[in-house]
Amino acid sequence: MSDHDHDHDHPHEPIAGDQGSVAARARALEELLVEKGVVQRGDVRRNVDWLVSRSPADGARLAARAWVDPGFRDRLLEDARAAALDLGLDPGPSPVVVAVENTEQVHHIVVCTLCSCYPRALLGPPPAWYKSLPYRSRAVSDPRGVLEEFGLDLGDGVELRVLDSTADIRYLVVPRRPEGTDDLGEEELAALVTRDSMIGVAEPLAPASAIA
Amino acid sequence: MTFRVGDRVRVADRAHEGHHRTPAYVKGHSGRIERVHGSFTNPETRAYGSEGLPEQVLYQVAFDLDPARTYVDVFEHWLEEGR
Repeated sequence: MSDHDHDHDHPHEPIAGDQGSVAARARALEELLVEKGVVQRGDVRRNVDWLVSRSPADGARLAARAWVDPGFRDRLLEDARAAALDLGLDPGPSPVVVAVENTEQVHHIVVCTLCSCYPRALLGPPPAWYKSLPYRSRAVSDPRGVLEEFGLDLGDGVELRVLDSTADIRYLVVPRRPEGTDDLGEEELAALVTRDSMIGVAEPLAPASAIA
Repeated sequence: MTFRVGDRVRVADRAHEGHHRTPAYVKGHSGRIERVHGSFTNPETRAYGSEGLPEQVLYQVAFDLDPARTYVDVFEHWLEEGR
């Protein structure tokens, strides 16, 4: 444990680690891009601010609306970008967002094996594990094993589909609506739709009535 | 656009120096066109300061891999007619 000043009491490795050199590299790169006129000063900050202002709540609104409105569901699966705009959401700069639907028969899981492509506009920044090498390789080589580690046992009858977002398309999973949610309103339903369920590594939360 | 939904295709099994978006695990594999996404700038040239033109058609290709069917977005210039 390091001996720097703490306002919390759990042990951990020094947080700085490699971050110092990464930050220095990022600053140098930004300086170079500004100097060469590729970006304007402030562009990077503005984009980072936009990115961290995004959250899975937007994706959850799409899923919940799809659960309660079959017409919207069809539109979402047909053109997710247009559907997001319909709800007043910002689908982001990616030209195409594709939504896929999990059903009793079919389960989708999303990965970017080449880097960390992710529907950031609708889900916010990707979790660290999504960008990790083990997830990026094992989502393809052992997807059922990955799902089991996330606590999801699909059963043999369910067809598993892996979506590798290798290019310009961003994929969003519309998870299965949980049992026992017939009486819930759209906002309550959206609260059940987690980030992980929209990546396809988890089911949505169970309604509170089912837990109690 | 050369290919249509349902067509069998094979991913070229070639090495490529530099940035490209065709993952090694599907090179040389045959699959089926699942979606035609539209035309997009070519990342292989855009990565090096060009505009990435001409645009290339991007397809979603389904591969029956072991252990699971896997859908990968592949640019047209990596695809050949398959069996």
